[in-house]
Amino acid sequence: MIEFLRSLVLPFADMVSSPTFFVEVLVGGIAAGLMYSLVALGFVLIFKASGVFNFAQGVMVLFAALTLVGLMERGMPVPVALALTVAVMIALAFAIERVVLRPLVNQEHIILFMATIGLNFFLEGLGEQLWGSNVKRLDIGIPDESFSVAGVLLNKLELSAALTAAVLVTVLAVFFQRTRIGRALRAVADDHEAALSIGIPLKTIWVIVWSVAGIVAIAAGVMWGAKSGVQFSLSLVALKALPVLILGGFESVPGAIVGGLIIGVGEKVAEVYWGPLVGGAIENWFAYVLALAFLLFRPQGLFGERIIERV
Amino acid sequence: MIYREAGQFKTTYAGDQAIFPILQDRVFVGLVALAAFVAVPLLANEYWLQAILIPFLIYALAAIGLNLLTGYAGLLSLGTGGFMAVGAYSAFKLATAFPWLNVILVFVLAGVCAAGVGLLFGIPSLRIKGFYLAVATLAAQFFLIWLFNKVGWFVNYAPSGTATAPPRTMLGVMVTGPQATAPVRYLVALGLVVLFALVAKNLVRGRIGRSWMAIRDRDIAAEIIGVRPLRTKLLAFAISSFYCGVAGAELLFLYLGSVETLAFDINLSFLILFMVIIGGLGSILGSFLGAAFIVLVPIFLTNVPNWIGLDMRTDTQKHLELMIFGGLIIFFLIVEPHGLARLWQITKEKLRLWPFPH
Amino acid sequence: MTEASGPLLSVEDISVRFGALMALSRVSVEVHRREILAIIGPNGAGKTTLLNVVSGFYHPYEGRIRFEGRDRTSLKPPDVAELGIARTFQNVALFRGMSVLDNIMTGRLLKMGGHFLLDAVWYGPARRQELAHRAAVERIIDFLEIQAIRKTPAGRLPYGLQKRVELARALAAEPKLLLLDEPMAGMNVEEKEDMCRFILDVNSEFGTTIALIEHDMGVVMDISDRVVVLDYGRKIADGPPEQVRKDQAVLDAYLGVAHD
Repeated sequence: MIEFLRSLVLPFADMVSSPTFFVEVLVGGIAAGLMYSLVALGFVLIFKASGVFNFAQGVMVLFAALTLVGLMERGMPVPVALALTVAVMIALAFAIERVVLRPLVNQEHIILFMATIGLNFFLEGLGEQLWGSNVKRLDIGIPDESFSVAGVLLNKLELSAALTAAVLVTVLAVFFQRTRIGRALRAVADDHEAALSIGIPLKTIWVIVWSVAGIVAIAAGVMWGAKSGVQFSLSLVALKALPVLILGGFESVPGAIVGGLIIGVGEKVAEVYWGPLVGGAIENWFAYVLALAFLLFRPQGLFGERIIERV
Repeated sequence: MIYREAGQFKTTYAGDQAIFPILQDRVFVGLVALAAFVAVPLLANEYWLQAILIPFLIYALAAIGLNLLTGYAGLLSLGTGGFMAVGAYSAFKLATAFPWLNVILVFVLAGVCAAGVGLLFGIPSLRIKGFYLAVATLAAQFFLIWLFNKVGWFVNYAPSGTATAPPRTMLGVMVTGPQATAPVRYLVALGLVVLFALVAKNLVRGRIGRSWMAIRDRDIAAEIIGVRPLRTKLLAFAISSFYCGVAGAELLFLYLGSVETLAFDINLSFLILFMVIIGGLGSILGSFLGAAFIVLVPIFLTNVPNWIGLDMRTDTQKHLELMIFGGLIIFFLIVEPHGLARLWQITKEKLRLWPFPH
Repeated sequence: MTEASGPLLSVEDISVRFGALMALSRVSVEVHRREILAIIGPNGAGKTTLLNVVSGFYHPYEGRIRFEGRDRTSLKPPDVAELGIARTFQNVALFRGMSVLDNIMTGRLLKMGGHFLLDAVWYGPARRQELAHRAAVERIIDFLEIQAIRKTPAGRLPYGLQKRVELARALAAEPKLLLLDEPMAGMNVEEKEDMCRFILDVNSEFGTTIALIEHDMGVVMDISDRVVVLDYGRKIADGPPEQVRKDQAVLDAYLGVAHD
């Protein structure tokens, strides 16, 4: 028993005695966390503007990456393939609005949520049917190699992914807070009828947010794909965005970022320092259990607004 | 003109509250039961029993379990696979630790273990709802699978990491293990699913079912009537997990023979959820219809291209299967949220009026 | 404590605050046994809040609630139901997916009991209990004249009938105190007359004490024994209908004299 307690505390000593390694773990966690944030952002965008909890966001990441790689494999130059992928994601947004969302408008949220689970499976089948289900390499010209700064090893690819994520997150935050369309989107989220009455068609709004979410999905897909290959497991990684959302709150852009960082760093540190104690691979569930514990104490998330129930 | 309730008046409340109030239904159900218990084991071949009927019965049991939770109590769970794994591994541990234990009793005790675990993961349901709860049940799914994968004790430290169903007899007949014949395993699964379907029906048509549906439909109004949310939801979690646990134990003992944790991964959770949605939320019959549907689609996709002379690759089949499942989920949610069970009911109403259109 | 002594419910000096908004400030109301009390007031006066406090959805930050003489201030809704208080909601809160019969049977949940394993078996105690309560529910169905819609899903009923089913569900609990939040809102004249008749019948036949919120002044004056008037979270009048009708403060509140 004493032995076990000792082994629980010992990792803290490790952190202090080898600070550069600890920093490396932290940087790895932050990089992974920003990726989670990127996927979570897609959720938040759609949830804010339409109240739909889009379970298929993860598969949209996979679908976008598959499309991009598929087009590149067929000999298209990167910019053309990228532009075409964007077009595909926008077309997808139109199709989803028409086929799934419009017939289910005003349904209970849980019904829409289940519909996106259906969408999830449909897109997975479609993407793999169109582009094949083998693991693909995605080469975006940034080498997967490391360099050292003040004794800390940093990975070029992870770093540029983190940078991209940071830029994208900032752009979206500004888009929501400062631009006219962004404010209109927020208006819709608050009150559908009010938004209609000032002349914003719900249809258009939905197509816009799903398109933006699709483009965010491309970014996330490229980053994850370059790191670990384009394959089905991408959509499982994307499931990690769910605990991120619980931590950050479903409607908060900053929440998605902070939540992503907490989950990314938390699970890396837990895995590296405490994982060996219990046989490793705790990355699979750590994020979910953390989110569950969090739910019990602050159900609305870090940045979510307090839910007051009207009777 | 055949299917009419005309002339069948209910003179007692008891008669009115029977499961099958109409005579024709009772006759039909009697015939189906006769066919299932007598004709099928005598006539069906190994392939039909092993590839279609046994998994169908086991999935139907799990679908009933999830339907109690999601369809009746309105609590969405994505952790079904995890709860089924609890059933499978605790059945394995019980059967190997107490070899003299009757195998049916092993199944029931495995269900009780799963119910305990379900209860634990149901606690957050008091404070969170809807998709928040779905994420919480994902925690159960991933954590439980990891646990069974990492802790060798659960598989008696088998180097392969698999749990293998030990051979057990009942009334002198081999029920589990490699020597158990398909018809015997089929009959055990059938007996259990019929028994537990009746129990489920009894629960949902009375006091407990009403308190679940009340919480589902309008929790605030339910509370003011005296329904205690925590107790009601936890009971739903426990009973639902019991069903999933028994189904998980059957999956190992009666169907697969030996399992790794991979058999209970998140895809199984989704599969069962699809059965519930396609079959009909809040319908016991629907759980059977949904399970049959989900079991038959892949078999259909394997065979149909052959019959019409089309050569379809296996991965194409797999993708088509995903697209069909996904598409149908959306289709049913839009067109008929009450699923196949509701379509069946509509057919019966049409039949009642036949040959007149109205 | 004898049956007849003291008011059935007394709300003493309660205040409820939502953020900066005072929804109720030091309101005291008594509900006497077997009476019909009407609570009226302009929109936003705090009428529904008062009902929500009594049913345990909100808790007052000051003041006390006594029911049958005992302090019941900090109870939760299911505890309030156990005391014998039932209610209906302003915008109908039926269980839409359940049949009318099941909705009303749900109203009797507190009167039913037993282990869930007995329910699983069904035959035996569970079935006997079910049938006994079914008989009681059928009496309420007859009383409210909704025999024909017994098996209809509640969500498919027209609004007026939904309100009647909600009343049936509340009655099924055989409450000592029945709280009705705008039982006649959105009804046509004929439906209103029916509802008035039912409320009066419930009061006279079962001896149920009733407190109701209503906007239709004609209805209020006709059926209530006593009227309480709220305005901006304060009680401004309390007395028999004729007296309240002439009260200057009430006239001001309704005619919109400037508040200062």
